[in-house]
Amino acid sequence: MSFSDRIVITGIGLTAPNGNSLAEFRQSLLEGRSGVVDYETRYMGPVLAGVCSFDELRYQKKKDVRRGTRAGSIAVYCANEAVKDSGLDWPNVARDRVGVYLGITEHGNVETENEIFEISKFGYDTKVWSHHHNPRTVANNPAGEVTLNMGITGPHLTIGAACAAGNAGFIQAAQMLRLHEVDLAIAGGVSESIHTFGIFASFAAQGALASHKDPTKACRPFDKARNGIVVAEGGGICTVERLTDAKARGAKIYAEIIGYAMNSDARDFVLPDANRQAECMRLAMKRAELRPDQIDIVSSHATATEQGDIEEVSALRKVFEQSPRTAINNTKSFIGHAMGAAGALELLGNLPSFDDGMAHATINLDMLDERCALPNLVVNQPREMGRVDCILNNSFGMLGINSVLIIRRFES
Amino acid sequence: MNSEQIRQVILEILERIAPDEDLSDLVDEKPFREQMELDSMDFLDIVMELRKMYRIQIPEEDYPNLNTMAGTVQYLLPRLKDVPVGT
Repeated sequence: MSFSDRIVITGIGLTAPNGNSLAEFRQSLLEGRSGVVDYETRYMGPVLAGVCSFDELRYQKKKDVRRGTRAGSIAVYCANEAVKDSGLDWPNVARDRVGVYLGITEHGNVETENEIFEISKFGYDTKVWSHHHNPRTVANNPAGEVTLNMGITGPHLTIGAACAAGNAGFIQAAQMLRLHEVDLAIAGGVSESIHTFGIFASFAAQGALASHKDPTKACRPFDKARNGIVVAEGGGICTVERLTDAKARGAKIYAEIIGYAMNSDARDFVLPDANRQAECMRLAMKRAELRPDQIDIVSSHATATEQGDIEEVSALRKVFEQSPRTAINNTKSFIGHAMGAAGALELLGNLPSFDDGMAHATINLDMLDERCALPNLVVNQPREMGRVDCILNNSFGMLGINSVLIIRRFES
Repeated sequence: MNSEQIRQVILEILERIAPDEDLSDLVDEKPFREQMELDSMDFLDIVMELRKMYRIQIPEEDYPNLNTMAGTVQYLLPRLKDVPVGT
């Protein structure tokens, strides 16, 4: 990259449908444990979803949970866990130099649906519409709840980037740190989307909502029998710092962010575009000064939709044609599509490979769709990689938004 | 409803709005805000709950009547005296 400051990840907090810490999450991914379950959503009846079970009251009072949003609670939990994990002397951190940057796919639908349901019981009398609606639905809500909870007086914002948002949160953090707008970023992505029926109904209307008699087998990227998306909730948030600051305080360094890129398809509201995805990956690698054969693991975005998987595979073939050694896996197959949190969770699920030398698999791949064939997919069982140095994380979203983030093992 | 029944309704509303608070030693004559964490949004929750439960519209100029439990009960008694318990 052209900027001089090196940027590192120093603390991790997460909640995923199959784990409420990095260790739990990683163990589930290596053991093939899914977090997808049967789920009831308003109006639609039974669907499937990735549901989180973190302790909301670890960092919030009951009143805070009641007043805020699910995305806010997820963000508060993950942010506190990340700071705790970072070893920062939090009481003495200059809170006006901390920025909170969280990717979201959408926000506000949950509360709007809840309020409309509530007033429906009163003949749609808007006088019973809640005064909590606006503070709950403003787009900055999840990041704002973090600042309220943790006494952070620096900037906060959410980054609306559809399903490319998780990476976008980290990218924003890196940029703000390099601009010296902040000294510490609390960044990543969150999603409360399973609490809105609309997202399920819309995917169903699009013919893109997964179904399966066994919930754990419902999300099956690249498989012939794939039939759509499993919606999930979750959050993945990191403390991100300039390397100089992290080293000065003797921080544990999980990884260095060495490259990123975002671009737009400019083609379709929904359908992805392999050419632009490939361009995005190449741009991130160029900025990281890496060749494709230096990428050890690609964390694919594939959501198990018919066209989405094919387009990404096409992009991956273009970019990694000369690098058959690059392993490709998929985290959604375990947890579903965690929307705004997807990019963050998928990056963090792979990050421990720097230590354990394993690549987790893409599960539920029983019969490969030949249109999705790739030379080095990690199928159903984790793979011993030996040494892993670089991970490339793909996250793509509606309206043709693409984001790619590359992290590298840190060596001092 | 009589005074005691109205007091019980208010107490249940407060328990929902402020679930972390111990309300067992609430002093009826002291302002709510001196005894518990209760900000303007919480206060509006009380008004909203009463609106939903009993269709009572409490005009803003009457809000000072709701600062204490005793004041709230006194204010609501004539408005709820004909309302049966549990509705």
